[in-house]
Order: sequence, then structure tokens, then C-alpha cells
Amino acid sequence: MAYSDKVIDHYNNPRNVGSLDKASADVGTGLVGAPECGDVMKLQIKVNPDTNVIEDAKFKTFGCGSAIASSSLATEWVKGKTVDEALAIKNTEIVKELALPPVKIHCSVLAEDAIRAAIGDWKKKQAAAKPVAAEAK
Amino acid sequence: MSTDVKTATPNTLESTERHAPDGIKLPIYMDNHATTPMDPRVLEEMLPYFMEKFGNAASRNHPFGWVAEEAVELSRERIAKLIGATAKEIIFTSGATESDNLAIKGVAEMYREKGNHIITAVTEHKAVLDTCKHLEKIGFRVTYLPVQKDGLVDLDDLKRAIDDKTILVTMMAANNEIGVLQPLAEIGKICRERGVIFHSDAVQAIGKVPVDVNKMNVDLASITGHKLYGPKGVGALYVRRKNPRVQLVPIIDGGGHERGMRSGTLNVPGIVGLGKACAIATEEMATESCKLAGLRNRLRDSIMSRLDEVYINGSMEHRLPGNLNISFAYVEGESLLMGINDIAVSSGSACTSATLEPSYVLKALGTGDDLAHSSIRFGIGRFNTQAEVDYVADRVVDTVQRLRELSPLYEMAKEGIDLKTVKWAGEAH
Repeated sequence: MAYSDKVIDHYNNPRNVGSLDKASADVGTGLVGAPECGDVMKLQIKVNPDTNVIEDAKFKTFGCGSAIASSSLATEWVKGKTVDEALAIKNTEIVKELALPPVKIHCSVLAEDAIRAAIGDWKKKQAAAKPVAAEAK
Repeated sequence: MSTDVKTATPNTLESTERHAPDGIKLPIYMDNHATTPMDPRVLEEMLPYFMEKFGNAASRNHPFGWVAEEAVELSRERIAKLIGATAKEIIFTSGATESDNLAIKGVAEMYREKGNHIITAVTEHKAVLDTCKHLEKIGFRVTYLPVQKDGLVDLDDLKRAIDDKTILVTMMAANNEIGVLQPLAEIGKICRERGVIFHSDAVQAIGKVPVDVNKMNVDLASITGHKLYGPKGVGALYVRRKNPRVQLVPIIDGGGHERGMRSGTLNVPGIVGLGKACAIATEEMATESCKLAGLRNRLRDSIMSRLDEVYINGSMEHRLPGNLNISFAYVEGESLLMGINDIAVSSGSACTSATLEPSYVLKALGTGDDLAHSSIRFGIGRFNTQAEVDYVADRVVDTVQRLRELSPLYEMAKEGIDLKTVKWAGEAH
């Protein structure tokens, strides 16, 4: 199977590999996929509570080269965006950027799912934190 | 014969940025179950049969034909000698897929009055499984025996499966993915006692480990050239001529070549090559298998002494000398192949197969899908060296370590999370 140069670059030099503190209120964690299916992505974001801008993003991926590249690219793209802007990222843009062949489109779908799951987790934490903040007044 | 695990090849054969250590030429070919490079001695013997000795072996009335026929008969003898048969029992075909089809369909049609039941195993090659599936559609009954955790069939299962309608047992000698050797002699004995014809797809075993059709009571055996350092596109089927005499209905009709069992002008250069490859194997198999087992064990020990959570798939004891099939937990196979792209090996990962399903052979052993996705098949062959094995081991260990640092599963396992208890979002698909 021939990989595009961009996939090879992300595979050889993955961006933003690592983990953020998943217990932190500012951090959202998305864990998508399943080992039985051959792909698991963990994508984490750290959001500025005042501006809703994603200040940091990290990933770890179990999967093929295209899955690694899709999640690596996703962390690059969400960084510096607001949460709403990040939610607008479409898997088709990832497909285009990495020139993924049809059999690898599911990798881009999983990366989009990972972004949504991370943001969803962060929003859940925000919602849970609010009543506590109100009570403190 | 095609294999079901697909090969990852480097993007270009020349370009590898990596500096090759002294004495090693990159890329390294270590996928000898998919195909083997041709032995130069084989090519040398074939060459005259393309140009100056071009005759048709079926031309009975001039020297061009006689020369070709003489070469074909020498090959028949050489192949027969390697498996303990006689020359008249060797039928030439286009390769193992055709041999498997001819054996199974040929027996089914010839003996359908006697019975309609066929027994095989779930880990057989697709050339056997899909042929059996075809026969099921036209009224035959097929039992697909499971295998044990080590990849071997349970002989008691086989005994129980045979009934008065059973006409054929087809069981491979060596598996193309895990290299596991089925107990042919024991299977042959059971079949003989019960009066059932025994076919074996022996392409991976012949020339690598001793196969003797009489000692093992094999009635039909499939052979191919390109798995034993011969040419592609040529194979043979051993068909027992006495005790018992096995008859086949041909699947290719025509001029009545090969005693009516396989019509078509013989591929003389290919047949010469197959014969030479068998002659070399007869001479060198004992020393070669010893060398290959040494290299294979060196590769295994070098990898397993440096990495944890590495699992060997299939029996180590009943195994081809050059085969190693291992799963690297928490690392997906295709990404591993991508990391070692100066080495040609195969993976059982779904990502490397056309069907997007992980290896059915590994699943049959009870290997979980996660570990099937993480499997790599190394096939060490005649032309691999110790320096190559050491280089491959180093590259595999480095790449697995790098990918595990990238793997959320490895991180979770290190945190003490039992991955089997995690509710995965993707499980619904």
C-alpha cells in the first residue's frame, strides 16, 4: 500500500504525542474506537476557561499509519481554535489534507469522533462544575 | 499460490533513507511463505527451454518434441523422488490453487456415487476452503474441523467426523500463516483405515520438511514451484496410482495431456524449473532446515528477550523451520509494517487485507481480534543471513517500542487498567 508523503511525515514525526491530566477541569478526553477493530484514538484538549480557546492538544493512537496521521493532524488543527471552531472540523477535510484512499476514510471519521468526544467530555465537566460555582456565590 | 496475509512492500524498492549496516542490502526479503526468490541454479536449468529447446512435449514425431518430453519426464522423476512417489503419479498443473481444485473437485465428481461428505479444517488455505464452499452449493456436505490453540487438528475430532458418506479428507501439511505442521502420518492412517481418500495441500511443507506420501498414506498432494525457490505459474498434483488407485474427473478438458487428468500444452521451462527446485531440495533440505530453524530461533529470542507482551501464534514444536508468527500487544500490525518498511514481511492485521477482517487463521486459534491485528509473519528462507536476522530484530524492537509510546492501550495497560473491562465506543460497529 502506498502512503501519501503527508501520512508518512505524520507517522515518522507525529505531532503532540502524549497525555494531559484527565482529572483536570480544563481538560477534555476523547477515547474512541476499539482494540478488536484495530483502531483506538485518545485525543485530549486543554481549554482556556475564559476564551474557550483550545490551548493544548495531545494524542495517542493504536492503529495503522493513516489512523496515527489523522489523529496527529487533528491535534494540530484544533490547537488555537475555539471549541466551536474545532467542532466544525470535518473528516472530509482530513481525508483531503492527507490524501487518504477510500479504505482509510474510517481513520478520518475516527479522528473527527475523537475531537467531538474530547469536547463533549470537556463540556460535561463544565456543566458539572457550574452549579458548584453558583452555590459558592 | 496467493496467501491471505498481504505483504507490505517498501514504497520504492531502492529508496530507503536508512543506512544499511555492512553486509546487508536493503530492503530485506523475509516473506518466504508468500513466495520465494528463484534459486539461480533453477533459472540456469530453465533457460535453454525458452529458446533452443522450445519443443512441445506432446510432439511425438520429431526431436524438438522428444527433447522437451525428456526434460519433462526428468522433472517428474525429481518431484516424485522428493516425496517418495513414482514419476507416473505426478500431474503437472499451473500451481497449487489449480492442484487443490483438481484434487477436491476431481474426487468429489468421481466418487459422488459413493458419498457426498468432505472433511477439512478451518485453517486451510482459501484455495481449499473456497473449493469446498463451491461443492457445498452443489449438494456436497463439508465438515470444517476446528483447530486447537496450537493450530493442530484434534485427531479424535477427525475420527468422529468420518461417516459412511465421507469420500475425502483434505488437510494441509503446513499452514501458510503460522507454519504449523498437521500430523499427516496420523491423519493418513485414520483415512486409510476408514477407506477415505486423503488429500494434502503440501505447498508450504514440501522441500522444507520431509513429506513421504507412502509413509504418511497421502493419496493426493498439491505442490507449487514458487514456494521452494522455483518459478511461479507451475505446480503439480501427486495422484496415487495403487493401493488404492485414485481417479479424478478433470476440471480442464482438451487434448488429454497428463493421462487425461489435465489437458493443455505443458509449460516445459516451468516444469524443468520445478523439477530442478525439487532436486535441490532433496539434496539440501536436511542441512537447510537446520540452518533456518537456527536463524528463526535467533530472531525469536532476540525479539522476545527485549520486549514484553509478545506472543507466538501456533505451536513452536510442530512448525516449519523458517516460520515465526508473533503478536506484539498494543501495536497495530500495519503501522508496525510501515515502521519497518525496509523489511518485507506480512501482517494478519485487518488493515492489510482486502476484506478488512483480521486473519481467520489466528481467530481459529482463539487469538483475540486485538492480537490478530498485532501479528507479524516472518518467513525466513534460503537466502536470508544471520546479519539480516539481527538487523530485522533490532528494527522490530525499536519500532514496537516507539509505537507503544504512541499507543493509548499500552498506556492504559501500564496504568493497570484491564482492557477487557473497558467499554469501547467502537464496539457497536
